Amino acid sequence: MIESQSTESSFPTLPESEKVSGADGAHDMLELRAVRKLYGSFAAVKGVDLAVHRGEIFGFLGPNGAGKTTTIRMAAGVLRPTSGQVLVGGDDVARAPERAKSRVGYIPDRPFLYEKLSGAEFLRFVAGLWGREGEGVEGRIDRLLDLFQLAEWKDELIESYSHGMRQKILISSALIHQPELIVVDEPMVGLDPRSARLLKDLFRTFADQGGTVFLSTHTLEVAEALCDRIAIINEGEIIALGSMDELRSQAHAGSAHLEEIFLKVTGGEAMSDVIAGLREAI
Amino acid sequence: MDAAVPPVAHRAGLLRLLRPKLRTKLNRARSDEGRVFKAALLGFVGLFFWTLIFAVIFRMLLYFRGTQGIGDLLSAKLLGLAFLTFLMILVLSNVITALSTFFLSEDLELVVAAPVEPETVYAARLVETIVDSSWMVTLLAVPLLAAYGAVYAAGPLYYLLALGTLIPFLVIPAVLGAGLTLLLVNVFPARRTRDLLALVGLFTAAGVVALFRFVRPERLMSPEEFSSLVDFVAVLRAPTSTWLPSEWASEALMSFLRGSFDWFPFAFLWCTAAMFGVVGAWLHRGYFDAGFTRAQEGAERKEGRRRSLILDRLLRRALPSTRVMVSKEIRVFFRDTTQWSQLILLGVLVAVYVYNITVLPLYTGEQVSFLLINVVSFLNLGLAGFVVAAIAARFVFPAMSIEGRMMWLMRSSPIDVRTIFWSKYWVGTLPLLLVAMPLIVGTNIVLDASLFILVLTSLTMVGITFALTGLALGFGALYPNYDTENVAEIPTSFGGLLYMMAAVSYLAGIVILEGWPVYAFLSARFEGVEATAGTTPMLAGIAGAALLTVLATWLPLRAGIRKVQSVDF
Repeated sequence: MIESQSTESSFPTLPESEKVSGADGAHDMLELRAVRKLYGSFAAVKGVDLAVHRGEIFGFLGPNGAGKTTTIRMAAGVLRPTSGQVLVGGDDVARAPERAKSRVGYIPDRPFLYEKLSGAEFLRFVAGLWGREGEGVEGRIDRLLDLFQLAEWKDELIESYSHGMRQKILISSALIHQPELIVVDEPMVGLDPRSARLLKDLFRTFADQGGTVFLSTHTLEVAEALCDRIAIINEGEIIALGSMDELRSQAHAGSAHLEEIFLKVTGGEAMSDVIAGLREAI
Repeated sequence: MDAAVPPVAHRAGLLRLLRPKLRTKLNRARSDEGRVFKAALLGFVGLFFWTLIFAVIFRMLLYFRGTQGIGDLLSAKLLGLAFLTFLMILVLSNVITALSTFFLSEDLELVVAAPVEPETVYAARLVETIVDSSWMVTLLAVPLLAAYGAVYAAGPLYYLLALGTLIPFLVIPAVLGAGLTLLLVNVFPARRTRDLLALVGLFTAAGVVALFRFVRPERLMSPEEFSSLVDFVAVLRAPTSTWLPSEWASEALMSFLRGSFDWFPFAFLWCTAAMFGVVGAWLHRGYFDAGFTRAQEGAERKEGRRRSLILDRLLRRALPSTRVMVSKEIRVFFRDTTQWSQLILLGVLVAVYVYNITVLPLYTGEQVSFLLINVVSFLNLGLAGFVVAAIAARFVFPAMSIEGRMMWLMRSSPIDVRTIFWSKYWVGTLPLLLVAMPLIVGTNIVLDASLFILVLTSLTMVGITFALTGLALGFGALYPNYDTENVAEIPTSFGGLLYMMAAVSYLAGIVILEGWPVYAFLSARFEGVEATAGTTPMLAGIAGAALLTVLATWLPLRAGIRKVQSVDF
C-alpha cells in the first residue's frame, strides 16, 4: 500500500454529496463479457471475460502487442468490440452509450490534444462534453491545475506545453467531470517523479472514495504497489487474474515479485536466450 | 563489444535517403483497397483537364499564328507569361514546402542523427521539396507545352528540350525557397515562421490575383487599345523580365520552335540552376544545424484569449455539449494562422468575382439586355454555387479529418456522433451563407435583375449552401484523412475530388431544374404576359430543386455519420 503523505490533503476531494456511489450498486463497475476484437482476420482480443469491482484499482498487464490497449479502448467506449459486451455500471456501452460513457474518464497513452486551446479551455471543453458547466467546473479546473502545478499555464495554448504537461492535462480532463470509473492506458509515461507519485496517490484516494480505476501499465512496480487485482493478457487472452497472492499461487511462484510472475506466465523463461542473443548483437 | 566502428567512408547516398519516402508512397498505394477505381477516376479527370487546357491553348495559338507578322510574338508573350506565373507559384509553394521538408518533418531527427554528409541531406530534401511543391505546375505545363509543339509541328527533339528546360526551371525556385526558409528559421522560431509564411504567401497570392484581374490583361491582347501598331509590337517584343528564369525558359523553347535555336538562354538556365544548387548546399552546410536547433525550440508561450462573451451569449440556449463544440471550432480556427489567413484570399476572390460580373458586356439593346441580364443572373447561381463548393472543400471537407487524433475523446465522451456532425454542420453553413448571399444578392443588384430572379436565386442559394455543406461534411467523413497534420492537403485527396464532382453534379441538377421556371418566366415576359407563380413548370421545377437539395444535404450527412460510427480509431 502506498503512503499518501502530504499530497493527499491537496486532492480535489469531492464533497460527500458528490462522492462516487455508483448509479446501481448491484453491478460491477466494469464488466467485459466474451469480448473479441478482430482487425481484418487478425484477432487482437480473443474472448476476454473480466469484472472490475467498485472501489477497486485493477491492473491490466501484458507484453507488447498482447491486446492491452485494444481492451482498454473497448472499455473506454472508443473501440467497438467485434463481438461480446462491455458494461459500465450495468449499462451496455453499445446499447446505452451515453449513460455508460457518462460514468467514465479515459486517459489514453498518447497525449493528443487541441493545440490551439489553452489548458483551461480544454478542460472546460471536456466538462461540456459530459454536460458539466458553471462555477463548479471552474472551481474544479483551478483545483486540478493547482494540483498538477499548471496554474501558471492555465491560459497558455497547449501547443507550448511539454510532453509531461500534456499528460497532466489529460489526467485532469479525465477527472474534470467526476467519473465513477477511470480507464487509463500507461499513466506514468512522461511524468516527472513528483507527478507520478501524485498520480498514484490520486488513484488510491479516488478508489478509497468509491471510484474505480482500470489501468494498463508496463511499470510492474506501480502495478504491484497500487493494484488490488491484476489481469495478465497474452496473445489476446487472459492468462492470469487475481490479487498478488492469487497470482503467486497460480504461477507457483512462492513469494516472487510481479516481474518474475509476469515473465513466467508470458513465456519469460526464454529471456536467457534473448540475453545471449543480445550479447552477440552488441 | 566489437570495436570495429565503420570508418567515415560509410556514406548514405541520395537514393538511400529518398527510398523510405518512395517506399511509403508505394506501400500506401498498394494497400489502398479501391486503388483501381481511384486510379481510373483520377486518370479520367486528369485526362479531361489536360484535354481541355490543350484545346484552349491550341485554339489560341492557332488564332495567333493566323495573325500576320505578330503571331509568333503573341505566342512567345503567352509562353513567357505562363512561365512567369509558374515561377511565382513555384517560389511561394517551395518556401512553404521547404519549411516542412527541411525543418518540421518527423523523420528529420533520424536523418540528422545519422552520419550522413550535409550535402546529401540537402540534395535529398531538395528533391523532396521539388516533388511536393512542383507536381501541380508540371502537370499544368504538359498540355501547355504539348499545344505549342502541336501548333508549331515540332519533332520529338522539342519535347526533350521541353523536359530539359523544365528541370532547371523547377530547381531554381526550389533552391530559392529552401534558402529563404533557412534564413527565416535562423531568425524566427519555426512555428512563427510557418505563420509568417502563410500570411506572406496569402497576401502575395491575393495581391497577384487582384492585380492581375483589375488591370484587365485581356485589353493588352486587343491591338485597338494601342495608339499605333508600332507601340503594340514594341510592347510584345520587350521581354517580360530579362533577369528571370521564366524568360530564359520561354526564350529557349520559342527560339527552337521558330527554327533558330538559341543556346544561350538554355545554357544560362542550367548554369544558374547548378550555381544555385552549389550555393544552396554551401548555405545548408553552414546554417542548417543552427536553424534545425532553433526549429526544435517549440515551447514558446502563447496565451489564449479570454472567453468571448459575445460567443457565450449567442450560444446560451444550446446544450452544453453543442455549445462547447461550436465554441471550440471557432477558437481553434481563428487561432490557427494557416487557417484564418485563407479568409484574406477568399475576400479578394469574392471581390474579383463581383468585379468580373460588373464588367460583363451585357448592354447591347433593351429587350436583349433584359433577357441576357436575367439569364446571366440565373446562371450566376451555378457559378456562385461552384465558388461556395470550392470554399466548402477547403473549410468544411476537412472538418471530420481534423478530429482524427482527438477521436479518443469524442468516442469516450457521452456525446453522440450526430452532435459532432451537427455542430460542424452549423459552424460550416453560417459563414458560407455570409459568402454566398453577397455573391448572389450583390451581383443581382449590380446587374439590376428582376425581382423574380432575385428572390428565386437568393432562396436557391440558401438551399445550395445547406446542401453543399452537407455534401462537403459527408464526403469528408466518407473519405477522411485522419493522420495528416497539414489541413490544406486534405481537400486535394481522392475524396475531395469525388466531393467536387458530386457538388458540380448537384449544381448542374439545380440549374437544370430551375431553368424550367426561369424559362417560363422569361418567355412570359418576352410575350408581354405576366408570369404567375402557380404554373406547372414553376411548381415542378422549384419542388424538384427543393427535393434535390434536401436529398443532397441529408444523404451524405447520414452516410458520413454511419461511416464515423463504424470506423475504429
